[in-house]
Amino acid sequence: MSSTTLTAEPKPARERTRSAERVSVLYDVPGPKARLRNTVLTVLVVLVALFAVYALVTKLDEKNQLDGALWTPFLRGDVWVNLILPGLLNTLSAALVAAVIAVPFGFVFGIARLSEHSWIRVPAGAVVEFFRAIPLLMMIFAVMYGGSAVFGLTVTPFTAVVTGLVLYNGSVLAEIVRSGIQSVPRGQSEAALAIGLRKGQVMRMILLPQAVTAMMPAIVAQLVVLLKDTALGFIVSFEDLLNAGARVLPSNFNNIIPAVMVIAVVYIIINLIVGALATWLERRSRRSRRTAARPVAPADSVAAPGAPGGVAAPGMPGGVTTGDD
Amino acid sequence: MQALIDEFPVIRDAFWLTIRLTLASGFMALVLGTILAAMRVSPLPVLRTIGTAYVNIVRNTPLTLVIVFCGLGLGLVLDVSFSTSLSTNYLWLSIIGLSAYTAAFVCEAIRAGINTVPVGQAEAARAIGLTFMQNLRLIVLPQALRSVVAPLGSILIALIKNTTVAAAIGVGEASLTMKTLFEAHGDAVVPIFFGFAVAFLVLTLPTGLLFTWLSKRLAVIR
Repeated sequence: MSSTTLTAEPKPARERTRSAERVSVLYDVPGPKARLRNTVLTVLVVLVALFAVYALVTKLDEKNQLDGALWTPFLRGDVWVNLILPGLLNTLSAALVAAVIAVPFGFVFGIARLSEHSWIRVPAGAVVEFFRAIPLLMMIFAVMYGGSAVFGLTVTPFTAVVTGLVLYNGSVLAEIVRSGIQSVPRGQSEAALAIGLRKGQVMRMILLPQAVTAMMPAIVAQLVVLLKDTALGFIVSFEDLLNAGARVLPSNFNNIIPAVMVIAVVYIIINLIVGALATWLERRSRRSRRTAARPVAPADSVAAPGAPGGVAAPGMPGGVTTGDD
Repeated sequence: MQALIDEFPVIRDAFWLTIRLTLASGFMALVLGTILAAMRVSPLPVLRTIGTAYVNIVRNTPLTLVIVFCGLGLGLVLDVSFSTSLSTNYLWLSIIGLSAYTAAFVCEAIRAGINTVPVGQAEAARAIGLTFMQNLRLIVLPQALRSVVAPLGSILIALIKNTTVAAAIGVGEASLTMKTLFEAHGDAVVPIFFGFAVAFLVLTLPTGLLFTWLSKRLAVIR
């Protein structure tokens, strides 16, 4: 395809993203008429957006949600230290404990699913498929009530949340590990077997080191999901960050809307940081020479149909997540 | 086991509610997600910015927080009301939360689908003088939607499981009903759990098979 002044190849489009007029294959470079129309439409869109904001603010004001008394608590240090940070700490520790257990769980079951012995492969597959198919909240309820009813244990919300997170995310990670190992070219294990390594050695010395590099971004992306899912603990009265925003703060200041908004910002910032780590790792592993495997798409992502030279705006991620909680 | 048989009408009603939640939020998410995807590839930078901001904010917010905000914030404080019946009102508020959340993922899937349409298609459409909207509506989206049937199926399955989060604001769908039955039949926790687990599998497995079949049938042959 030769480049003309009107059509934009994907490459130039990417380079010109930051210029005022971005070029896409979906529409022509605007001429005088189109520029005028675009300006009018932009003004209209801005007006509609401003009206929406105005309507929202009026509604909030009508219900006295813009009172200073509802928002000033967030300017006080003691509110953050005494009410919000303990919740954040609980959220982070639940996520950390769950992640530390779920990652080995994922490796064990992911490798077990690749076993040559059907008595290992089939049960491991059943466990992984079962826990991936059941809603996480149902698992948490089951641990909560099953623990006391069946085993006579007192299950704290923390234990229930962590157990649920480990079983669900561990199973998802097992699938990542499996596809990571399978993404190492077959020649690698064939060559390793040919030089006389045993099966365990092939896995440990040849396949896993390369697979880990390839699946690192997908693992970190799954940890973002895990962190988000700790919020389910709210439903079983786990005193997490969401609990701080939706129960503790409103009971002190009667400010549910401001509190939930501020807490949402905290969640978004944390997730963006971990997400940025995943993107960085992905870029790093894509140019890594330490592995013969291609990077693994994030979990629960649907086939990445990133056909080269596609129509969409540049900067599409490799995989698309499904929002599975 | 006896508990499962005794409570069958309750369980059936709970899953019927789960199905209704899924269908209503799935439909609204599909519409909103398609609009968002169109916004994200549109010629107007302001629309692209709004679309991108929406997707990035919603994708990084826990669903539970979205649902709680809809139930307590919109419902209790702002008096957003769809029905005089309290339970119907919370049902609709949870549908709003689920659709708003799922729409972000639908938008990303459709945008990935737009990426699969060969450049020549859009260029030919422009060459015969179609505008952006005509190009999207007549040429690009029909092909893009057909290539994302399988991803949309995965999103629908995720949505079926995500409807359980509506329990956060007391919507009596499957997981909340399971919890109520746990409390009522403390001696039958295990059979009740497996009963509900199997019922979820009955919902998700055929959905997966249906969408795999659909995606093969509707695939664009190039």
